[in-house]
Amino acid sequence: MVEAVGIHKHFGDHHVLRGIDLTVQKGEVVVIVGPSGSGKSTFLRSLNHLDPPDQGWIRIDGDLLGFRQGNQGMIAVSDVVLSRQRQHIGMVFQQFNLFSHMTALQNVMSGPLQVLRSDKATAEAEALRQLALVGLEGKAASYPEQLSGGQQQRVAIARALAMHPKVMLFDEPTSSLDPEMVAEVLQVMLALARQGMTMIIVTHEIQFANKAADRILFVDEGLIVEQGTPADLIANPHNERTQKFLSLVMGRGET
Amino acid sequence: MWDWGAFFHYLHSAYLLKGAGISLALSVGAMIIGLFCGTGAALMRRSRYRLLREPASFYVWLFRGTPVLVQLIIIYTGLPQLGIKLGVISSALIGLGVNEGAYLAEIIRAGISAVPRGQFEAARAIGMTRTTTMRVVVMPQALRIIIPPLGNAFNGLMKTSSLASVISMEELLRRTELLIQVQFKVLEIFIVAALYYLLLTTLWGFVQQRLEAHFSRSVRASDLSRRRTPQILTIDSALTHDAT
Repeated sequence: MVEAVGIHKHFGDHHVLRGIDLTVQKGEVVVIVGPSGSGKSTFLRSLNHLDPPDQGWIRIDGDLLGFRQGNQGMIAVSDVVLSRQRQHIGMVFQQFNLFSHMTALQNVMSGPLQVLRSDKATAEAEALRQLALVGLEGKAASYPEQLSGGQQQRVAIARALAMHPKVMLFDEPTSSLDPEMVAEVLQVMLALARQGMTMIIVTHEIQFANKAADRILFVDEGLIVEQGTPADLIANPHNERTQKFLSLVMGRGET
Repeated sequence: MWDWGAFFHYLHSAYLLKGAGISLALSVGAMIIGLFCGTGAALMRRSRYRLLREPASFYVWLFRGTPVLVQLIIIYTGLPQLGIKLGVISSALIGLGVNEGAYLAEIIRAGISAVPRGQFEAARAIGMTRTTTMRVVVMPQALRIIIPPLGNAFNGLMKTSSLASVISMEELLRRTELLIQVQFKVLEIFIVAALYYLLLTTLWGFVQQRLEAHFSRSVRASDLSRRRTPQILTIDSALTHDAT
C-alpha cells in the first residue's frame, strides 16, 4: 500500500533523513518511535510530500507520488496532480490544524466539497456520519476554539476520513493534548486500526503502540535502527539506543 | 470678515455636493483598482518564483517610494510624450489606484502571513490545490485581519483623492478652487469643502465600524488561538509596524 525507498532529506546542512526504506501492507498499522529530532516526523511528512524528499521515491497503492517517469528520468508532477494524489493520504497533525473560520461540520465537509466536488447535501451527510464515528455529532456547529483539544483532534481525524483515504498518517496526534484527553483520541485511532485502516503513526504512546501496532519502527538520526512486532521490540530490544529510548519513555529506569 | 450668509449658501451648493460625489466615486474606483493590484502583488511576492516575486517587489518599492502627486503628474502630463494619452478621469483613477495598490499589497501580505502555517498544510494534506487553499482556507482568515487596516487605507484615500485636482480632475477640491475664482469667498468655501471631506470620512467611519463588528465574532476566535500560537503575534507586530 505504501512503499518508500531510499528517502533522504536535508534541511540546509542538516542531513535529517539518511535513507529510509519502508513498505506498509494494506491494513497494517505501523508505529514510528524515536527521540525528538530523529527525523520521524519529517519522514512521515515526506510520505505525502509536505516535505518532499530530496532523494528516493514513494508509491501509494502502486502510484508514484509527486513524480512521473519521463524520458530523461523523473519529472515532478504539477500541483494539481500532486493534490489529486494527496486525496488518498489522510493526515492528522500534532496541532490539529482545524480551519479556524469553519465549524466542525464545515471542516469535515471541506474536503468532499472543495476537492471531491461532491454536492452540498452529500458532503454534509458524509461529514455528519464521520463526526458521529468520532463521537462528535453534537458538536457539528461548534467552532474549533469552542472545542477541547481532544475534540479538535477527533474532528481533524473525521476531516481526514471524509476523503476516504487509503492510508492515514498521524504526526504525534496526542503530544499537544492534556493528559485526560489523550485516551479519547487514542480510542478513536484504535477503533480505526481494528477496522483495518492502513495507518502510519508517529507517537510516544508506547502502551498504545503495544495494543494497536502490527509493527514498531525505532528511528534515530534519520535511519530505521530497529523494527519488529510490539512484543519483540518492546519486550526484547536488541539495539542499545532502542533500549535506552524505551526505558526513558516507559519510565522504568535502567533495566 | 466671515460671511455666515455665504457659508450657509455654499453649504448646500449642488456644485460642491456633486464634487464630493465625484471625490467619493474616484476613491471607490481607485480602491477597487488598488485591491486588484494589491492582491496580485501580495500573492506574487509570496510566490516561489523569482520572476513573479521581483516585479511585485519593484512595483511596491517604486510606488511607495515616490509621491503620489508626482505619479499623477507623470501619468497625465508626462506619458503623452511617449504616445500614451490618458484622459483626466483615467489618469486619476489609474494613478491613485496603482499607488494605493502598493500600500494595500503590504497590508494584504501581512494578513496572509498571519495565517498559521498549519492551516496551509492541513488544506494541502486534504488534497486542495494551492489555488483552492488560498481561496477556501487562507484568504477568509486573512480577510478578518486585513479589514481594519483596509478601512483606514480607504479613509486616507478619500483625502488623497484631492490631489487629482492638480491634473484638473473636477472633484471636490478642484470645484472648490474654481468656485473661489469667481466668488472670492475663500475661507467660507474652503471650510465648506473641508466639512464635506469630514462628512465623507465620518460616514465611512460608521460603515467601517459595521464591517469590523461583522467580522468581530471570528476575530474573537483568532484572539483565542493567538494565545496558543505565538507566530501570529510577531506577524501582527509586523502589521502595526507597517501602518506606522
